[in-house]
Amino acid sequence: MNTLSFDVAHMLAGGMLLVSFMMIYQTRLYALLNVFALHAMVLALSVAWQASIQHAPHLYVTAGIALFFKAILIPGALHKIVQRMGIHRQVEQVVGTGATMLAGMGLVALSSVLMLNLTATASAFAREDMAFALSVVLLGLLMMISRRNAVSQVVGFMSLENGLILAAAGAQGMPLVVEISVAFSVLVAFIVIGVFLFRIRERFDSVDLSVMDDYRGEKR
Amino acid sequence: MSAVDLVLTGALLLMALGLSSILFAARPMGSTIVYASAGVLSALVALVGLATLVAGAGAGMNVGASTLWLPIGLPWIGAHFRVDALAAFFVIVVGFGSSIISFYSIGYGRHEHEPWRVLPFYPSFIGAMLLVVIADDAFSFLLSWEVMSLLSWALVLTHHRESAVRSSGLVYLIMAAFGTMSLILAFGLLAGPLGAYDFQSMRASGQTPLVGSVVVILMLLGAGSKAGIVPLHIWLPLAHPAAPSHVSAMMSGIMTKVAIYGFIRVTFDLLGGTSWWMSEIVLAVGAVTAVMGVLYALMQHDLKRLLAYHTVENIGIIFIGLGLAMAFRHYDMNAAAALAMVAALFHIFNHSVFKNLLFLGAGAVQTATGSRDMEKMGGLIHRMPVTSLLFLVASVAISALPPFNGFVSEWLTFQAILLSPDLPDWGLKILTPGVGGMLALAAALAAACFVKVYGVVFLGRARSEVAKTAREVDRWSLATMSVLALVCLLAGVFPGVIIDTLSPVSHALVQATMPVQSADPWMTITPVASGRSSYNGVLVLLFVTMSGFFAAWVIHRFASRSLRRAPAWDCGFELDDPSTQYGAASFAQPIRRTFGTKIFSARESVTMPPPGSTAPAKFSVSLRDPVWDGFFARVSGAVTWLADKANRLQFLTIRQYLSVVFAALVLLLLVLTLWK
Repeated sequence: MNTLSFDVAHMLAGGMLLVSFMMIYQTRLYALLNVFALHAMVLALSVAWQASIQHAPHLYVTAGIALFFKAILIPGALHKIVQRMGIHRQVEQVVGTGATMLAGMGLVALSSVLMLNLTATASAFAREDMAFALSVVLLGLLMMISRRNAVSQVVGFMSLENGLILAAAGAQGMPLVVEISVAFSVLVAFIVIGVFLFRIRERFDSVDLSVMDDYRGEKR
Repeated sequence: MSAVDLVLTGALLLMALGLSSILFAARPMGSTIVYASAGVLSALVALVGLATLVAGAGAGMNVGASTLWLPIGLPWIGAHFRVDALAAFFVIVVGFGSSIISFYSIGYGRHEHEPWRVLPFYPSFIGAMLLVVIADDAFSFLLSWEVMSLLSWALVLTHHRESAVRSSGLVYLIMAAFGTMSLILAFGLLAGPLGAYDFQSMRASGQTPLVGSVVVILMLLGAGSKAGIVPLHIWLPLAHPAAPSHVSAMMSGIMTKVAIYGFIRVTFDLLGGTSWWMSEIVLAVGAVTAVMGVLYALMQHDLKRLLAYHTVENIGIIFIGLGLAMAFRHYDMNAAAALAMVAALFHIFNHSVFKNLLFLGAGAVQTATGSRDMEKMGGLIHRMPVTSLLFLVASVAISALPPFNGFVSEWLTFQAILLSPDLPDWGLKILTPGVGGMLALAAALAAACFVKVYGVVFLGRARSEVAKTAREVDRWSLATMSVLALVCLLAGVFPGVIIDTLSPVSHALVQATMPVQSADPWMTITPVASGRSSYNGVLVLLFVTMSGFFAAWVIHRFASRSLRRAPAWDCGFELDDPSTQYGAASFAQPIRRTFGTKIFSARESVTMPPPGSTAPAKFSVSLRDPVWDGFFARVSGAVTWLADKANRLQFLTIRQYLSVVFAALVLLLLVLTLWK
C-alpha cells in the first residue's frame, strides 16, 4: 500500500474521530445535528476512499448510502422533529463538557492501546483503522449516556453505527450485503425511535427521559 | 452376565418399578407390590455384590473388575459402569439395607395416607444410589448423584403439608446443590484441561499435590455435606426426621454411606496419593463431627432427630478411620493402613445395620404412639416387648458395647489409633491421640445418650395416654427388625468373617490387607499381632450370657422367686403423675450443664408464678445451635443483604442502565488491555 493512500485514509478516519469530539461539546440540538451530518459526510468520504484504494466498487454503494441517508435524510428529518417539538433551545448535557471531553480522551487512549496490542499481526492500516473505529464507537456510547434528550441519544446511536461502518469498510473483503443490512438496520432504528419520540412526547409532554423516570415513581 | 450387568439391570429395574408404580400407587395392594418387588430386587443385587467380593477374596484378593460401556450420555464419553471391590462392598451395603427396609415397609407403608407420594420415588431412589456406586465416569456419577438427591428430596417432602417439612426440604435442597457444586469442581480438576471424564483416565493421570489437596477438600465439602460432617450437617437433622421412618432409615443408614463412597472413591482410588496434611484435616473433621454429633443428640427430645444426630456422630467415626488410612498410606505403613481402612469400612456396614434398625424401631414407636416426642412416651416395654428388645440390641450396638458389631469396628479404629506413634510425622503423632480421646468421649456420650433414649422411651411409666394404649406393630416390621438385630449380633460375634470379606476392598484401596482372620482359632480376631491385642466375640458372648444367667439365677434363688408389681417409688411422695419420673431433659441435664453451657449457650430459666397465684412454676431451657448462628445465619444474612442491595438495580433510569452497560464494556476492554 503506498504512502499517500495510507495517509489520506488515516486522515479521514482521524477526521471522523475529531468530528466525534466536536459532537460531544455541542450543547444545542441544531448544532449537534449539523455536526452529525458532517460526521456522516466524513464517513462517506472515508468509505469512498477505501473503495478506490481497495478497488472494491461495492463500497461506493456503502458510501452513497452513508451520504444519502446519514448525512442528508436523517439529520434533515431530525431537524424537522426538533422544530416541530420546539426543543431547539434546550441545553441538555448531564455531565459537563470538560469532564466528557476528558473521558473521551481516555477512551481514545484505551482503544488505541487495546487495538495496537491485539492486532499486532495485521497490516498497519487495518490497525489504525480499527483503533479509530473503536474510538468512534466508544465516543458514541459516551454521548448516549452523557445526554438527557432522546434526540441526542439517537444521534449518539447513529454515530456509534458510523464507527461500525468505518471498521467494516477498513476490513477488506466485507460483503456488500452486510453493509446494506447495517445501513438498513440504522434506518429502521431511526424510524422506530422517531415514532417513539412522538409517542413519548404525546404522553409526557417532553422528550426529557428524566420525566419518564418520574413517571415510574422514582425520585433521584 | 457379569456383575456390572446384573447390578445395572437391578438398578434400572428398580427405576422402572418406580415409574410404573405411578399407575397403581393408589390401589390398595399397590404399596405391598412395590415394596415387595423393591425388596426382592435389592436383595438380589446385594447377593451379586457379595458374590463378587467373596470370589475376589478367594482369588488372591483381586476382584476382577467388570466394566460396561454404553453409548448414552455425553457423546464423547458415553456411560461407563464398573463393579470392583469397593463398588461391590457398597452394592452390598445399599442392597442389603434397602431390601430389609423394603420388607419392613410392607407393613409400615400401610399407615401412609398418601402412598403415591412415596411409592414412585422409593424404588427409584434405591436404583439411583446403586447407579452412583457403579458409575465409572464423572458424568454418570454426578447425574446419578443428582437424581439420588432429588428423589430423596421428594421423599422428604412426603408430608409436605406441614410447614416444618417444607422448610427442611428447602434447606436440604440448598445444601444438596452446594454439595454437587463442590463435586463438579472436584471432578473438573480431576479431569484436567483435556476433559478426561472417565475414571480410568483419571486414575492414570497423576495430580500435583496442590491439585490433589484441593480435590480432597472439595470432596470433603461435597460428599461431606451429603454425609453430614460438622459444620455441613445442618440439613440432616431437619430432613431425615421429616421423612417417613423407612425413608429416614434409607437416608440416614444408606445414603450417607453412598456419600462416603464418593469420598473414598476419589481420595483412595482416583487420586494416586494425598499430601500428609490432608489426613490431619480429615482426622480433625472426623473427631469434631463425632463429638459434636453426639452432643447435639444428647440435647434432643425428638426421637428421630436424635437418631439423625447420631448419624452425624458415626459419620465422624468413619471419617476418623478414613483419615488414619490416608495418613498410614502416605507413610507406606501398609498393614496399619489396611487396619484403619477395614475399620472404616466395617463401621460403614455396621452403622448401616444398626442405624436402620434404630430408625425402623423409631418408626414402630411412632406408629404405635403417633409421636416422636420422647417426653410423651415411657413404659413401652410392656406394650411392645419385641420392638423394645430389638431396639435394645441396636442401642447396645451403637453404644459400641460387646458383643455387638458396633464394638468391633470402633475397637478396630482404636487399634489403628494406637499404631499412630509409629508415624514419622510429629503433627500426626500429637494429633491422633487427641482424636482418640475425642472418639472415646463420643463413644461414652453415645452410650449415655442411648441409656437416655431407652430409659425414657421404653422403661418407666407411660407419660401420655397414647403411650399407655400403644400396641405392638405388625409381623413384617418385627421380622425385618429381627433380621437386622441378628446381623448386629452375628457381625459382633464373628467379625473375622467380615474382615476377611473386606480384605479385597482394602487391597484395592491401600494395596494391603489385614492378616487372614479365619485362620485364627476360636474366631479370635488379631488386627496386628497376637502379642499386641486380640478380641474374641464368641468368648465375650459366652461370658455375657453366662454371667447374665448366673446373676438372674442368684437373684431369684436367694432373693425372691415371685414377680411382684408394686407402685413405683416416688421419693416418698404419693403422686400418681408420670411426669414426676426422670425424663429426657432431666437425664441430659448434667451433660447439658457441662458441655452445653459453652457450646450451645444453654440457659435454664425458672418462671415463678406471682404470689397468691396457684399456677405452676415453669422451667425452660434455651439452646442455640453454634453452627447455625455462627455460620449459616450469617451467610444467609449476607446473601439477603446483597440481594437487597442488588434490588436497586431494578429501578435505575434508562440512562443509568446505558451507563452500566458502558461501564461494563469499558471495564472488559481495560481487562483485555492490561492482560499479560
